[in-house]
Amino acid sequence: MKRPIRVVMAKAGLDGHDRGVKVVARALRDAGMEVIYTGVHQTPEQVVETALQEDADAIGLSLLSGAHNYLFPRVAELMKERGMDDVLLFGGGIIPEDDIVALRAHGVERIFQPGASLDEITAYVREAVAKRRGQPA
Amino acid sequence: MPLNGARSAPAKPGPNARKNEWLARYHAAVAKHPERKQRFSTLSDLPIDPLYTADDLPGFDPEQDLGLPGEFPYTRGVYPSMYRGRLWTMRQFAGFGSAEDTNARFTYLLAHGVTGLSTAFDMPTLMGRDADDPLSRGEVGREGVAVSSLADMRILFDAIPLEAVTTSMTINGPASIVWAMYLAAAEERGIPFGMLGGTIQNDCLKEYIAQREWIVPVKPAMELVVDSFRYGAREVPKWNTVSISGYHIREAGSTAVQELAFTLLDGLEYVKWGVDAGLDVNDFAPHLSFFFDVHNDFFEEIAKFRAARRIWAREMERRYHPANEKALLMRTHAQTAGVSLTAQQPYNNVVRVALQALAAVLGGTNSLHTNSLDETYALPTEEAVTLALRTQQVIAHESGVSETVDPLAGSYYLEHLTNEMEKGFEKYRDEIDGMGGMVAAVERGYPQREIVEASFHFQQQVEEREKVIVGINKYVEATAGEKIPVLAIDPEVERKQIARIAETRATRDGGRWREAMDRLRAQAKARGELMPAFVECARAMATVGEQVQVLKEAYGEYHDPGYF
Repeated sequence: MKRPIRVVMAKAGLDGHDRGVKVVARALRDAGMEVIYTGVHQTPEQVVETALQEDADAIGLSLLSGAHNYLFPRVAELMKERGMDDVLLFGGGIIPEDDIVALRAHGVERIFQPGASLDEITAYVREAVAKRRGQPA
Repeated sequence: MPLNGARSAPAKPGPNARKNEWLARYHAAVAKHPERKQRFSTLSDLPIDPLYTADDLPGFDPEQDLGLPGEFPYTRGVYPSMYRGRLWTMRQFAGFGSAEDTNARFTYLLAHGVTGLSTAFDMPTLMGRDADDPLSRGEVGREGVAVSSLADMRILFDAIPLEAVTTSMTINGPASIVWAMYLAAAEERGIPFGMLGGTIQNDCLKEYIAQREWIVPVKPAMELVVDSFRYGAREVPKWNTVSISGYHIREAGSTAVQELAFTLLDGLEYVKWGVDAGLDVNDFAPHLSFFFDVHNDFFEEIAKFRAARRIWAREMERRYHPANEKALLMRTHAQTAGVSLTAQQPYNNVVRVALQALAAVLGGTNSLHTNSLDETYALPTEEAVTLALRTQQVIAHESGVSETVDPLAGSYYLEHLTNEMEKGFEKYRDEIDGMGGMVAAVERGYPQREIVEASFHFQQQVEEREKVIVGINKYVEATAGEKIPVLAIDPEVERKQIARIAETRATRDGGRWREAMDRLRAQAKARGELMPAFVECARAMATVGEQVQVLKEAYGEYHDPGYF
């Protein structure tokens, strides 16, 4: 039997903008996933530790503070160090197009910008996790 | 003074019959030609009828419910002549990069006609951390200006006439510490505290409710606010020691009614704590100011501002009967809704901002910030800020709306909405008073959860296209959208700021610093008066982070319960 997808939704750094992350967390939960929300002001280490403890399939990181070019690569790096190659890293927030290209190279698979729909995000997480598990979505 | 008593009077039968007759014809017409939507509602989802008449205002008594401008209950404005006497303060919120960068932006804004300054601090400063704190990495100067000590404050306001310009500082947890640095900077230039006018946001309650820039738990944070009330009323009499803010509550996803209710109930909680601490309501309540969001729904927003003044006056009168009439006045700043701006088709934002600004003016705001079209990408460029300021100037000088006071009073729809706002407030007031007040409500997560529900509901309405956002769920353009110029923050800012702190620590008078810090520690431990200690710490070049650490050691820290 397929176990439900487990997602850690996270806010890293000092950023307090949490409207988007909570709406997405709620939508993923309503879509049948198990969602753990870290709350704001987490260090990258805390985010990765939570994902390990919770045996998460995915980490969704939200950033609207402009600190994405430091925090996303740092989370990706820590995931690599802890051998979490099977865990999906995606994100969302106020992140300019040019930065997204660079962050993708760091292993952030997908970044949703303002205006993305909840259906789009939910479908993406379902498919991307299934792909990693080698299952049909 | 009767509290909304007038509204319970029965409606006269005559006009009702006339309206019912009209409604029958209306329904017949709709049966033939269906309306555009199944259900009409405001942005906050209050139902809207096809027509409003006098019947929708049963018992409406202009004398009781509106008063005249400058008279109880101030629905029509807090001053008799309003914008005929003096236009609202055009106050553009600014701050980015280093103190030098922001000083240059302030100077530019003053040269282009702003009439008040408003400082945006960066995330580390807002969270009470110095630039060299490990958690500040990547954040220095990004969302505002980095201010770690008096060294930065001197540069930030260099050559700006502090005795002539009022300065607003948007900071909360460490508000008193940063205010003390401003006072110390003025003192060095020989400007007496009595001549300084301005505002510190200093509204801790909405941090737990919405904005999340807290440093200590709720109750000690309230004590810090009361401490600033005491000091301000005594030493800096022209200063507003709190700006009770609905802005962040709304931006976090609340409805207009929730924004109004939670903000005014926060305000009433501050007053209660001040009075309980032995302060005279007549002394400190006149220094309370407010700050509201102004969103897309034109009439709902105007109604919100008018209702806010009326409710504040009625509640303050009912609870405290202050002898000083100024304690009843809700003076407010407003900012257009950042959350309403779209990254897609960004030039549409100019139009949104203009409509929102017009609503704030028709609602009788005392001060206004207009957002820039590029703010969904980054902090605004100089060109974008100028256009936002010009928008206010066009409304002020060309539209004619500022030539008479409260021009929309008496509109059936607007007065109905104003009443609905007040009813919505009363529901939350009874609920939260029943919990023992706002501190208790915040500790149990009540307003936080109400906002989460509202924001999720709104997002669903957007997904279902019940609420239209042009360029997002209707009139979408397939292309990636225009490229507009975006302000970039030089990564060097962080390195330079860290170097400046190191220099400050190395060159300050160690003995004086130690003495000032010891005094602060002792006062915090004894729950004594803190503001004089903060001022001495500022003079002694203590950093924001060092002082906040003392507070955390004395009062503990707050962690996000993460309601969703």
